[in-house]
Amino acid sequence: MKTTRSTAKPVHKPVFANGDDIQIPVFTLLKPDGTLYAGAGQSSLERDTARRLYRAMLYTRVLDERMMAAQRQGRLSFYMQCTGEEAAVVGATAALDDADMIMAQYREQGALAYRGFTTEDFMDQLFGNQGDPAHGRQMPIHYGSRELYYLTISSPLATQIPQATGYAYGQKLAGQGHCTLAIFGEGAASEGDFHAALNMASVHKVPVIFLCRNNGYAISTPVTEQFAGDGVAARAFGYRMQSIRVDGNDALAVYEATREARRLAVEENEPVLIEAMTYRLAAHSSSDDPSGYRSKKEEEAWRKKDPLRRLQRWLLDRGWWEEDEERELVESLRREVLDTMKRAEKRRPPALETLVTDVYAEVPPALREQFDELVAHVRRHPEAYPRSAPWLDADQADDALRDDTSAHAGEARP
Amino acid sequence: MSRMNLLQAINNALDTAMAADPRVLCFGEDVGVFGGVFRATSHLQEKYGRERCFNTPLVEQGIVGFANGLAAQGSVPVAEIQFADYIFPAFDQIVNESAKFRYRSGSLFDVGGLTIRAPYGGGIAGGHYHSQSPEAYFAHTPGLTVVVPRNPHQAKGLLLAAIRSPDPVIFFEPKRLYRAAVGEVPDEDYQLPLRQAEVIKAGEDITLLAWGAQVEVVEQAAEMAEEAGISCEIIDLRTIVPWDVETVASSVLKTGRLVVSHEAPLTGGFAAEIAATIQSRCFLYLESPIARVTGLDTPFPLTLEKEYMPGPLKVFEAIQQTMDF
Repeated sequence: MKTTRSTAKPVHKPVFANGDDIQIPVFTLLKPDGTLYAGAGQSSLERDTARRLYRAMLYTRVLDERMMAAQRQGRLSFYMQCTGEEAAVVGATAALDDADMIMAQYREQGALAYRGFTTEDFMDQLFGNQGDPAHGRQMPIHYGSRELYYLTISSPLATQIPQATGYAYGQKLAGQGHCTLAIFGEGAASEGDFHAALNMASVHKVPVIFLCRNNGYAISTPVTEQFAGDGVAARAFGYRMQSIRVDGNDALAVYEATREARRLAVEENEPVLIEAMTYRLAAHSSSDDPSGYRSKKEEEAWRKKDPLRRLQRWLLDRGWWEEDEERELVESLRREVLDTMKRAEKRRPPALETLVTDVYAEVPPALREQFDELVAHVRRHPEAYPRSAPWLDADQADDALRDDTSAHAGEARP
Repeated sequence: MSRMNLLQAINNALDTAMAADPRVLCFGEDVGVFGGVFRATSHLQEKYGRERCFNTPLVEQGIVGFANGLAAQGSVPVAEIQFADYIFPAFDQIVNESAKFRYRSGSLFDVGGLTIRAPYGGGIAGGHYHSQSPEAYFAHTPGLTVVVPRNPHQAKGLLLAAIRSPDPVIFFEPKRLYRAAVGEVPDEDYQLPLRQAEVIKAGEDITLLAWGAQVEVVEQAAEMAEEAGISCEIIDLRTIVPWDVETVASSVLKTGRLVVSHEAPLTGGFAAEIAATIQSRCFLYLESPIARVTGLDTPFPLTLEKEYMPGPLKVFEAIQQTMDF
């Protein structure tokens, strides 16, 4: 099975191959109306997981609608929606162990919602306030959680993909039966990091799952200008890696595909590539306007394949969900998001000292000096620094507290 | 104590680190059975197995991306980039990822266990793409620690400290000294402090500052100067960033004069940073402008390497001019 060189029979006329004869099918279980295709076997999704999965998808939709509106009202500098891709993200997350690592691109808040990131956690990051563990250093949507095994989002595209390969190699050595899921868009799959990651994962037999959300567009660039040929799934063949293409708007299919991918990764140390065929229903980000590069008609066609409605129908048919229950849930989630947002907006900004902490494990003397100069300057001109000056002394009290606890921080390596 | 060359000291440090901590892994291009193109990782695969010392595909961005992930997971990766000239495909993973992991996550995640080793510098007739000194590119990125040893004893102690540092470290090894520098190296596990310059010779009239292979050049220039009656204080910076301002400034406060020498081009070289900081710290004590002796603002040449390099004679002239100002 494992070959390092071709064992194919020689031929005596030039034979070129471009892979066009290999068509990778799309694995799908649920029809757009939410009923099962004939021939789709029993789903292995259990009631509680199914409800948790759907709830996270609903939550993500509510969060996205609310925060997009907040951005339009000027309350938030930036936002990115998961809308349309919830099944690809949440379905895959549900198939993992909760302690498997997730290294996402940026619009995968559904994974965090599934794992229990609280509304307060979301809001504190979005508003970059004192409660944000990363101290308001990154743009909104750059979430991270060590507790929930979700690597802090990095803006540069695709950098997390080879990191996932490395992380998973460490998991393999640790022998605790975990894997890493790297999530990215089809645009990111053009970056060198993607190819480096797949090649290294396959050479070193690393328990990593690469999940490409093929959502049709990289900002305004359609897939037809992103790559020639049969999508991203086929690229795995060049690396002799297992690959599957799945209907990314079908949570059941994504769940089943990822479950099997996880088995291959953890039990057989086989990296797997999943290409989830989906569609970015919303704009790339709050700074983008898709009406400039794609038609309403196209969007409408995809709206009919909404992943939420599809899973809802399946759940209703099984008696695992009630429409009334959903109405109440959505209502209460909207209220929760709105109330928490109002509180987060009013929370203090991060302490001034967070400008210089976490650059190194300890603040180097030269940087400490730069900070002291800054503090002296802010004290001389408090009116020019309304965000930080009012809290200067309160921050020092916070720092004293933190110094007490930071003595143990060095021991916290995983 | 054993007599070792700089390569053997590096190999000994890696061996020591891998023996002491099973989380330490060494990988890169050709580092496995072959032991790396310079043999810095010789016998490590034999001793610690293919899981802990292995070849990677030829993909620098992949090597460092992989190493970042490993370090975030809690492993202690020591990644080799075959030549510092080839570190640039990994530039994004180093300056946007390694350097910022801790900051951007508020210490939820860090890659403190990461060390990137790379042979660097000229003097081996390596020509254009085997001789560069890229330390200044990385010095501009907060979050990185850049370390350069000057001899075998320093190499072992500093590399062990780098591997155990809570911050990611780029460790540039002066390849001209790999076999040329030989000295006594303790057999036991020891560490030398990072971020601390070392005064290797006390003097009164002028401070000479360098790192890596350039320290030896400056020492030769100092001998010429001593014969001319000039007393030189020599400092090895050892850690390029975050650098030891105190040690350099207190020396210049005493001598009133400073010559900084490095192989990298003049413009934007790290000597510029040192000169700016020291003039602001020591302005009223300076007897003459701070001099820089460096490579030219050109790519690195092959045939005219000796002319390009900041050799002892160039440094000696700078010392004389500084004294005569």
